[in-house]
Formats: sequence, structure tokens, C-alpha cells
Amino acid sequence: MKNLWFHLMPYKELPDDFRDRHRSVWVDIDPGLLDPNRAHVMYNEFMDELEHAAEVGFDGICCNEHHANGYGLMPSPNLIASTLARRTEEAALCVMGNSLALYNPPIRVAEEFAMLDCISGGRLIAGFPVGSPMDTAYAYGQNPSKLRERYYEAHDLIMKAWSAEETFAFNGRFNQLRYVNVWPRPVQKPHPPVWIPGGGSIETWRWCAELDYVYCYLSYFGHKLGLRTMQGFWEEMDKLGKDRNPYRAGFLQFVGVAETRAEALSLYKEPAEYFYGRCLHVSPSFVQPPGYTTEATIRARVQSQVAAAAMQERGKQTKGGGFGGGATTWEEIIEAGYVIVGTPDEVAERLREVCTTLNVGNLMLLLQFGNMSHELTKHNTRLYAEQVLPQLSDLFSEWENRWWPEPMAGAERRAPRQVA
Amino acid sequence: MRSRSLRCNGAEVRVWEQGEGEPIVFLAGFGGLPKWIPFLDGLAESRHVIVPSLPGFPGAAGHDRLDDLSDWTAATLEILEGATDGPFGLIASSVSAPLALEAAAMQRQRIAKLALIGPFGIHDERSGAMDLWAQPPGPKSYPPLLCASPERFEALWDKPDDMDEIEWQVTEVRAREAAARYLWPLNDTGILKRAYRITQPMLLLRGGEDKLVPRACLEKLKAAVPGECLIQEVAEAGHLVELDQPDALARLINQFI
Repeated sequence: MKNLWFHLMPYKELPDDFRDRHRSVWVDIDPGLLDPNRAHVMYNEFMDELEHAAEVGFDGICCNEHHANGYGLMPSPNLIASTLARRTEEAALCVMGNSLALYNPPIRVAEEFAMLDCISGGRLIAGFPVGSPMDTAYAYGQNPSKLRERYYEAHDLIMKAWSAEETFAFNGRFNQLRYVNVWPRPVQKPHPPVWIPGGGSIETWRWCAELDYVYCYLSYFGHKLGLRTMQGFWEEMDKLGKDRNPYRAGFLQFVGVAETRAEALSLYKEPAEYFYGRCLHVSPSFVQPPGYTTEATIRARVQSQVAAAAMQERGKQTKGGGFGGGATTWEEIIEAGYVIVGTPDEVAERLREVCTTLNVGNLMLLLQFGNMSHELTKHNTRLYAEQVLPQLSDLFSEWENRWWPEPMAGAERRAPRQVA
Repeated sequence: MRSRSLRCNGAEVRVWEQGEGEPIVFLAGFGGLPKWIPFLDGLAESRHVIVPSLPGFPGAAGHDRLDDLSDWTAATLEILEGATDGPFGLIASSVSAPLALEAAAMQRQRIAKLALIGPFGIHDERSGAMDLWAQPPGPKSYPPLLCASPERFEALWDKPDDMDEIEWQVTEVRAREAAARYLWPLNDTGILKRAYRITQPMLLLRGGEDKLVPRACLEKLKAAVPGECLIQEVAEAGHLVELDQPDALARLINQFI
């Protein structure tokens, strides 16, 4: 099984009364709330945390793309990944990812991902999300009705640009380019592994199956609520005649580890309440632009996690949680499984059960969440790496993992100059 | 009410008709027309009212083949040609008004007069209009946004007993998506750049309680067209005046046409 350390890079100093005084953490968040000098400190701590995760033995480190978002300070994940490519050696660089329809022309993604794969010596996992409604339709003004069509076309263009043996013209519905010739090309052939983060879209599941990509359900609401989605995914794989290789799937889980369960409950309460109380304070006005949800998905009665959360929040005024499954207290958040906390042995046992139940071979871990301090993040990360990860590594060893990076041999790689 | 269909770009388009006399065509506003509305009876008292659906709105398919304003204008012209032969008066509400304006700019002989109700197509940053496209999901968001009497919009979209609930929901959502395809994100189609070609007499109508289209937008349009243009506000009406004040609106339009 693969353990990947995921960073959202939340702004950690949203005010206590944020929910009461502000409409949304996303899209129209008050720019006055961000102090660039504090962001300087946070960015550097966040990148240190990602590097630390790579050093202590996580299989991969992940970053992602959000815009105008108080819990995601990465409008450009490629900037972050480029520094990680230089300052880490073995961990896979999982960029989850670039929202293809936002790039004009989309070959920008082909170029930058190829650069990352070259700089890192072939360690890139290329994430291709459609992107959230808040990021794509509202923050970036893309037409939600055409987003998926643009996304599919951008994907086709990128894949062709990575593999074409000569310059070609691309005459698409949305993109017209007379000369497509991406320099450089990725180290990994025919291309880096492609992972698709998504919600519960039937089309996305089918598309992943058709193209043999990894599907990642990046839920903030834990394994219990994720079970239905992952069951839907695997049932769809069955219908399409695909095997149940767990490495076809990824799943996101919040985790807090400590020496004792009581200590874990004490340490991670505040960061969790900060995340569920402030970071997910998304206006329901921004969750369902027209055309973003396909008719097939409406017919399948699948609702996105963010829409569900925002709509639940709309109906209540109390400070605190109340997302996804309706949990409103720290105890309920724990009970609902949004966050798994405990001793290393307890966490390992729970995660083994979760991964087995969901049949997920790529576990993406949020070991920093909310306003968790740098010191606690490193503590959590180290405990997990030293005492949890070894208990999970053997899981799914009977399956072949065809979706993991294949880096250059160590002898061929060039180490960065040591900083004095 | 009589019903027929025509084809546009391979897709079927529903056409409703009522009354006799000079033809006038009505293009429905936000959400389209899942049902016949009393406002159309008022128009049909002395004229031949023709009500074609636009692609993606209730009664017509094919919106997902239309990418940009040129595609939508071509489809609108095709549908208008299928709706009636000779010169006609064109009435358009809300999200269909921008397409009526494009058609009028291209077909000055056929489209004799224009009456537009709460027309989208122009953005005015200072007016503080609400964002049509940023509304919470669910059935409660749109009625108070669109009508001074929200129950009128709710009644229009009250599901018939013989209709599947999910398919009814899909119909409603599809109509929103269709309009968003050419209006996202600011509802500005750039019509002011082409307005010099709109020489037909034009009546611009607006509900006095319209939360979506400010009067400033109508003033901009009036200033941009070379022809005769009147602005008229209707009291106790929101954005969809045809639902809030059907009789008063029909009277105003009948007098103008």
C-alpha cells in the first residue's frame, strides 16, 4: 500500500468569528484577512513539512490547486512541486493537480508537468482534476456548461503533445494551435501516471476505467461517508469488466497520532474544529453552477460532497462543525470518522480496516489540517511514519501497482547543489 | 393552444401557437416555459402568437452543440424562420432577449418591432444587481429572485402528476445551463458593439422590483441604438414581469406592437 502525505496549505489565522462575519471561505473571501508577511512564514513551514514527510519515508507528497480559497494557498501547485523536486530525493511528487480547462492553451500543463518530471528525475504523478465549481466557474470564470468538454479536449491535447514524434497542428473545438511541440517531454514513458481526483461523478469513474487512470476520492468527511462513493466506484468497475486492483483508487483521510488516545483527542481537537468550522465555511451560492453537474449524475442522484456540506451548513447557524454527516462537536467528528485519532497502533488498525473496506491502495493523509502548528504537524508526521506506516506497508502486496512513478536510476540522477 | 414542432440543427423544437392575425413571436425568459402562461392569452387576443422554444429550454434539445454566441444566433435565426414567414414583432424576456437583439441586428427587414422584458446582455458593474448564476441549490432560491410574487414561479414549475421527478428536475436544470452557455459569467454578450444595426422601434420593459437587470442596463441599450426606444417600468413586478403582471404587460406590448 502507498502512503502519501497531502498538504492543503490552509491559511491558519482566520479570525474566531469568521463564520459569523464572513460569507464564504472560498471565492469572495475577504482579501483583508490575509497578511502576506504571515503567508511567507506559513508557506515556508508548509514546504518544510512536505519535505519532512519525504525524509521520514512517505511514499509520496501531494499538493493541489485552489483559487481564492482560505484553506488552500496553492493557486499554483506547480510552483510548490518545483521546489519539492529539488529538495526531495525519492518520494513521488503527486500534483493533484492542474485543472486542465483553466489553462489556455492547455499545453502549458504538458510543459510544466514535463519540466517537473525532468527536474525530479521521473517522480511525477500527474493529477488532472476537472476542478471544483468554486475554482473553475466562479474564481476563474470558466463556463460550467462547457467545462467538461474543455477538460476532455485539453486532456487529449496534452496526451498527444507528450507522445507525438513530430510537431503537429491541433484543431479542436476550443483550442486551435498551428504548432504543437512540447519541449521538454516527461522522463516517464509513455507519460507519468495519471490520477484523477473527483467527486462522485459517474462519467469520471467510467473515464478512469476507459483510460486506465487512478480515481481519487478526496473527501473531507472520512471513510464512513466515503464508503458509499467508493462502493459506487467499484460497482462501476465491475460493470465495465475491470479488476478490483486497489491501486486503481485513492482516498483522503484526516489522521492525528499521539502516544495515547487521550493525548490525541486533546492535541487535534482545535485544528479539526478550525478546519470544519472555518475552512469549510463555503457559501452554498458557489457550489452548483448551471451545467457543472451532468444530467447523468443528476439522474444517478449523486450529490457532490461540497454541495452537501454547504447545503447542510445553510440550514444552521451554530458555530462549529455540522458538515457532511451532520456532526457538530469534536466527539461527533471523531465518531463520524472525519478524523481518525489515537495511538499509532489504534490508527494503524483503523486505517487497515478503512483501506480494506474501501479497497483503496493509495491512502492520502492529511496530517496537517486547519491551524495545526508546525511542531505538531511534524510530530504527527513522524509518529505516523515511524509507527503506523510500517504496519500498513504489506497491505495489498499481492496486487501489481501499475500506476506508480518509474524514476530514473539513481546513478543517472543529478543531485542539487548543497546549500551553504 | 396549438402545438407543432420544427427542427433546428438536427434537434426537435416545440412551437406553441394561439390566436389569429398579425404574427408575433415570444421567446421565453429564464427557465423557459414548461407550461402555457396567461400572459400569452393576453397577447393572443388580437394576434397570432407563436412561441418557439430555444435549444435546451423546455420543449427543445440541442443546447450542448452550441458553443458561442455565433452558434446561438444562428440557431435563433433558424428557429425564427421556422416559426413564421413574414415580418413579425419579436418579444423576448430575460435570458432570451440577448438572442433577440442579435437576431434583430441581423434581420432588420423581418423583425419589425422589438419588445424586451428585463433584457440580459449588458453588464453594469455599479448597479449592484444580484448574480443570477450564484444561487444556492434547491427549489427555494429562484422564485423570490425572479418574481415579486414567488408563488407564481413556483406554480409554473409545479411538477405535473404524470411527470417523473428526476426528469422534471433535469428539465429545469437544463434550461439554466442552456442560458449559461451564452451568458456566463456576466451576462454581457457585447451587444452594445453591434447595437448600431438595431434600427427597429424597441420597447424596453422592466419590473420595478427586478433584482437582476438594473435600469442602468436598459439606459445603456437605449443610448446605443439609433432607432426609437422607450423604457417602461411595470409596478409590483420582479424580473419575470410576464408572471407577476401578465395582464398589464400584455396591454403595454399590445399597444406598442
